[in-house]
Amino acid sequence: MKKEITYREAVRMGIDTAMEKDKRVFLAGEDVGKYGGTYAVSMGLLEKYGPERIVDTPLSESGFTGMGIGAAMNGMRPIVEIMTVNFSLLALDQIMNNAAHLLHMSGGQFNVPLVIRMATGAGKQLAAQHSHSLEGWYAHIPGIKVLTPATVQDAFDMIHLALADPDPVLVFENALLYNTKGELDTSAEPMAIGKAKVMREGKDLTVFAYGINLLKALDAANALEKEGIDAEVVDLRSLRPLDDETIMASVAKTHRVLTVDEGWRSGSISAEIMARINEQAFFELDAPMRRVCSEEVPIPYPRHLEEAAIPSVEKVAAAARALMEDA
Amino acid sequence: MSPSLKKAEKFYRQMLLLRRFEQKCAELYTEQKIRGFLHLYIGEEAVATGVIDAIEDKDGVVGTYREHCHAILKGVPAEKVMAELYGKMEGCSRGRGGSMHLFDKEKNFYGGYAIVGGGLPLAVGIALADKRMGRDRVTVCFFGDGAVAEGEFHESMNLAQLWELPVLFVCENNLYGMGTHIERAQSEPDFIKKAKSYAMEAHRVDGMDVLKVNDAAKKAVKHVRSGKGPLFLECQTYRFRAHSMFDPELYRSKEEVEEWKKRGPIITLKKYLQENGMWEKIDADAIEKEVEKEIEKAVEYAEKGSWEPVSELTRFVYSEKEAK
Repeated sequence: MKKEITYREAVRMGIDTAMEKDKRVFLAGEDVGKYGGTYAVSMGLLEKYGPERIVDTPLSESGFTGMGIGAAMNGMRPIVEIMTVNFSLLALDQIMNNAAHLLHMSGGQFNVPLVIRMATGAGKQLAAQHSHSLEGWYAHIPGIKVLTPATVQDAFDMIHLALADPDPVLVFENALLYNTKGELDTSAEPMAIGKAKVMREGKDLTVFAYGINLLKALDAANALEKEGIDAEVVDLRSLRPLDDETIMASVAKTHRVLTVDEGWRSGSISAEIMARINEQAFFELDAPMRRVCSEEVPIPYPRHLEEAAIPSVEKVAAAARALMEDA
Repeated sequence: MSPSLKKAEKFYRQMLLLRRFEQKCAELYTEQKIRGFLHLYIGEEAVATGVIDAIEDKDGVVGTYREHCHAILKGVPAEKVMAELYGKMEGCSRGRGGSMHLFDKEKNFYGGYAIVGGGLPLAVGIALADKRMGRDRVTVCFFGDGAVAEGEFHESMNLAQLWELPVLFVCENNLYGMGTHIERAQSEPDFIKKAKSYAMEAHRVDGMDVLKVNDAAKKAVKHVRSGKGPLFLECQTYRFRAHSMFDPELYRSKEEVEEWKKRGPIITLKKYLQENGMWEKIDADAIEKEVEKEIEKAVEYAEKGSWEPVSELTRFVYSEKEAK
């Protein structure tokens, strides 16, 4: 069945259909119940499932994330919502030291089938403490998987993919995407975790992006087309595991690489992608790789400074033009 | 409170086994058979012994990084624990965890956690799952006085009481968070007051006396199992050995340690049995010999164990089977 809905509705539908299907699934987090979710994602679910399955928690990120890990170890399929990635730092000990390491520390005995969802990203003038994009950072950690749905289809599918996974999965929903619209086909077979997707075919260069920056990359590609530059755009979808196969195939096709992400430039996921291309497809390259990341500055409050700090359509297009002029 | 002869003998045997096991560990550490960190429970045995006796096999235990004894008491074979300390594949965590990360799913031993306070939220979640799924199970969560200063302690206490979950929080208060005395770490060193501030039922017991601990634990478990919500049990105890094998113990006097040793858990139990005419009915020599044999067996098992091939290094990062 196909219909046009918002990203927000797609996440809600994903949670709703998963909860209908599996009694072990529950949603827990700050204001997910009576408030309806900070981004209104879980609106109406408390009324449908009751407080035992739509669990409002106190402001205890470490406590309720750890609770989700314990419940997952003991037979349930929790979805923990951390309001935003910024607050996930309060739960980092649980995410890294427990969720990511339990299977290993226990010699394979305790897997943690936990889903942690959180909003991510800048762009709403929320200043330094509410504008982080740390998904690339989380992708550093073995033992977890990191998903970054950019489309309505993935917003829905990735809830199901994450819940079906035996290990902890972090799902990063860029807050600016909740109001975007797209087509959802609930009968489509979801594209597996770890698969990137070519969103736009092109022959001159490849832009690798995920989340909100995928939309910026697609807009930039449309602008570049008018200038005679034919850009391929790849949605990474998953930052851990990264889909080396699709990445290298695109490099072999276009021979020029631009990566875009909202993490700070040093040590960003772009750096990892560039390193892998260097290792696996160096001789395919016709020019040095380029990246558009966030500037090395805490995100400032004023709009013009915030815009200057993060990737934009213009920055992506400019980097692509420069890349085409490189030897 | 007066225990049956059978129970008294069980406690004596268990505590002696734990004591000799860990004395052996210290020896093996100096021989470099055991590496990394090694935190011994010597002096505190009455706590885990008295508490774990009060629960059933089906109940869960979450431990700390000082958890060798808890694992053994929960039914993990001593030889599997020893093999783990050696880092051998036959260990209870396949050698991947070591001293601070003992696990045994079959025995409902949910592990050793080496970030202080990190196990408490897990106990809350394990108990929440039991409550939601209607299982008759209690989760016992052990931690020290050091954890009480961590945010995760306060978050977990609040969540457990708020949702009335079947968790027994057992605080092994040995007075020191590594080398910092509780009086230098806590603005309010009365932990019962802290627990009660979460509207939680809370009790304090002499953690050097296994019979008193067992008595308090039985009442506590009954409370938790009956669905009345969590309970906080503070066991006042003392660590006779250093915090870990690297600790020069500059923060406390020898006199203080000697004073506590007079109240050691094995001595205290023996004294009780002597005063109540039970000691002569126990064949202490035979127990000592049996215990020694068991430890010899454990060491032999660990010595004969195998090293995991390096080709398997990257296993157990992600599950090898699909989710059920």
